[in-house]
Amino acid sequence: MIDIEELIILALEQLRSNVARTVLTMLGIIIGIGSVITIMSLGDGSTQSIIDQISKFGTNVLTVSPGKAGRGPGSSGGIFGTLVEKDAQAVSELANIEAVSSVVSGQATLVNDDQSVSSSVAGVEYAYAQIQSLEFSEGSFLTESNINSMTRNVVLGDNLIEDLFGEEALVVGKKLRIDGKTFKIVGVIKDSGSVVVPLPTAQKLLFGQDHLSSISIRVIDIEVMDNTLAQVENLLLERHGISNPDDADFYLTSPQQMIETVGNMTGTLTAALSGIAAISLLVGGIGIMNIMLVTVTERTKDIGLLKAIGAKRKDILAQFLIESLVLTLAGGIIGVIIGGALTYFASSALGIPFIVGLKSILLAVGVSVGIGILFGYYPAKKAAELNPIDALRYE
Amino acid sequence: MRKNKRNTLIGFEKIKKTYVTGPVKYQALRGIDFKIKEGEFVAIIGHSGSGKSTIMNIMGALDSPTSGKYFLKGKNISHYNQDELAEIRNKEIGFVFQSFNLLPRTTVLKNVERPLLYAGYTKEKREKRAMKMLKTVGLADKATNLSNHISVGQIQRVAIARALVMNPSILLADEPTGNLDTKTAHEVMKFLVDLNKKGSTIILITHEDDIAAFAKRVIKITDGLIESSNYKLKTARFIKE
Ligand SMILES: Nc1ncnc2c1ncn2[C@@H]1O[C@H](COP(=O)(O)OP(=O)(O)OP(=O)(O)O)[C@@H](O)[C@H]1O
Ligand SMILES: [Mg+2]
Repeated sequence: MIDIEELIILALEQLRSNVARTVLTMLGIIIGIGSVITIMSLGDGSTQSIIDQISKFGTNVLTVSPGKAGRGPGSSGGIFGTLVEKDAQAVSELANIEAVSSVVSGQATLVNDDQSVSSSVAGVEYAYAQIQSLEFSEGSFLTESNINSMTRNVVLGDNLIEDLFGEEALVVGKKLRIDGKTFKIVGVIKDSGSVVVPLPTAQKLLFGQDHLSSISIRVIDIEVMDNTLAQVENLLLERHGISNPDDADFYLTSPQQMIETVGNMTGTLTAALSGIAAISLLVGGIGIMNIMLVTVTERTKDIGLLKAIGAKRKDILAQFLIESLVLTLAGGIIGVIIGGALTYFASSALGIPFIVGLKSILLAVGVSVGIGILFGYYPAKKAAELNPIDALRYE
Repeated sequence: MRKNKRNTLIGFEKIKKTYVTGPVKYQALRGIDFKIKEGEFVAIIGHSGSGKSTIMNIMGALDSPTSGKYFLKGKNISHYNQDELAEIRNKEIGFVFQSFNLLPRTTVLKNVERPLLYAGYTKEKREKRAMKMLKTVGLADKATNLSNHISVGQIQRVAIARALVMNPSILLADEPTGNLDTKTAHEVMKFLVDLNKKGSTIILITHEDDIAAFAKRVIKITDGLIESSNYKLKTARFIKE
C-alpha cells in the first residue's frame, strides 16, 4: 500500500536539500560503524596472523611444560624441576609418537665482537629438527654425535644474523660467545629467531640444570591428537605419582589449544573495543534523533499540509522513519567503506592479513538499520501524531 | 418541494465549536446550520475572528465539531477519528489555502502527485493524472520546476490542480487570493468560476466582497452565527461573463 520506493526518493530529496546537515548528522554513525569495522577486522586479521605463526611450527607438535597450566603460553617453566629426561624417553614409547626431544632453555647473551644480543637459548636432542621441521639456509643441524659429546656447536635463526654479523654475512664456521663461552656456528635456520645447542651443553655448561624446560613431541596422526594428549598426560601423571589430574605438576600445550587461547584473547579484546565503539554509535543515534526532532519541528507546516491532502498517520510515520533509516544506512555504508580502507592501511602497516569479514559488514549494516529505527521512531511518531490544524497554523 | 433537484453535499446541523486553551474556553461557533448542494459556488464571508476558518476546518474534515452533526454526502462524519478524516480529506476534499500551499524543495509535478500517493496509485498513474491536471490549469510546462521557482499566482493554480487531482466532491478555498494582487486574484477567481461551470462544487472563504462576488451564493457569518445564508452583497457583481 505505502509506496516505499517513492518515500525513499522523497527522503533522498529531503536529505540532498541540506547536504551539510545530512553529513554532520551521519558523522556519528560513520565514525561508530567505521571504528567497529576497523576493530573487528584488525582483530580478525591479528588472530589470523597469530594462527598462521602457530601453524608454521606444525599443527602436530605438542609441548609438555613443567608447572601448572593456565600460566599461559610464553611462561618459562624453568623454575619447576618436575620434568626429567626419563619422562621424555617414556613418552617416546607411546603409540602415535613420531619423535620426542627434551629441551632445556634459558636466557643468554650472544656476543660477536662488539655486537651483542640477548636471546633465549635451547638445548635440544637430535629429533628436535625433525619435530620443529627446521629448514637451513646455510650449514645443517647439529649431528647426533655433536649432541651426545656435549660439543660447543650452535645453530642460529637467520633473524639474529644481521644483528650479530651484519648484512649478508656467511656465518657457518664463525665463532660466537654465549654467556662468555665460545661456540662454533654450524647452521643457520630459515625464518627463525631460535638459538639451538646440544642438550648436555645447555644442561652442564650454560644453565647448570638437569631438569627440563619442556618436552617437544611430534605426533604421527593429527586425527587422534586428543587421544595422544590423554595418553601423554596419564603416563606422566603415573610417573609422577599423581592421582588427581588437577594436581598435575606439568601441562600440555597443543597448537590447537594455543589457537583457541589466542582466539579467546583477541575475541575478548575485540569485544571490549567494540563496546567502546558502540558508545559512539549510541551518541550517533542520539544525534540522529536530535536532528530528526529539529526536522519535524521545521517541517510542521509541511506535515499539516500533507495531512490536509490525505496523509494518514502511518504515511507520515513511514516517511520520517525512512528518512532516518536512509540517514543511518548511508552513514553505515560510508562507515564500512572508511573502516575497510583504514583496516587495509593498518593491516599492511602491521604486517597482518587484510580481512574484512562479511559477518562484520552485515553486523554494521544491521546495527545502522537498528539505530535508524530505534532513534528515528520517536521523532517520526511525533510527526505522525501532529494535529493537522495546529500544524497548518504553526508559525 | 424544492426547485433544485441536485443532491445535498454538505449539511451542518447545530454545529458548535469551543476552543479550549488551558483554562480559557472560547466558543467560536455557536450553532451553525446550512446546506450546500452539488455544483454550488458558495462564498463564506465575515469579519476577522467571526469563525470562517473554523467552519472551513470542520467542513474540510481537518477538525471535529464540539457538538452538532456534519453530514458529508449524507454521512455524519462529526465523530470520525484522525485516520478516517484523513481518508475523507484525501478522497472528497481539495484544499487551497491562502499561503504555504506547496511543499518546498519539491517539483510542481510531485506536489500535484502527493494526494494520489496517499490514495495508493502507482507511479505511472500518479504522473499521468498529475500531468493532466497541470495541463488543465495551464502549467504543464512548469511540471519539473521546483515549487519555489514559480510565481505566486502560479502557485495558487498548482494548488488548485492538486486540490482537484483526486476528483473530489468539494473544492475548499480559504482566502486563496489573500496573497495575490488584484489582477492575479481576479484571474484565479475566473479560473474557479470556469471550474464551477464544468461542475465542481466550490466553497470559498474570504473577507473581501469583490472576491465573494464571483460566487453564486454568499453565506455571511457574524460572531460564530449565520447572519444570512443567502447574503446580498452591497457591491455590484462587476464580472459576470
Ligand atoms: N486553535 C484555536 N484555539 C483558540 N482559539 C481559536 C483557535 N482557532 C481560532 N480561534 C478563535 O476562534 C475565533 C474564530 O477564529 P477563525 O480562525 O475561525 O476566524 P476567521 O473568521 O477565519 O478570521 P480571519 O478572517 O482573521 O481568518 C477567533 O476569535 C479565534 O481567535
Ligand atoms: Mg481565517
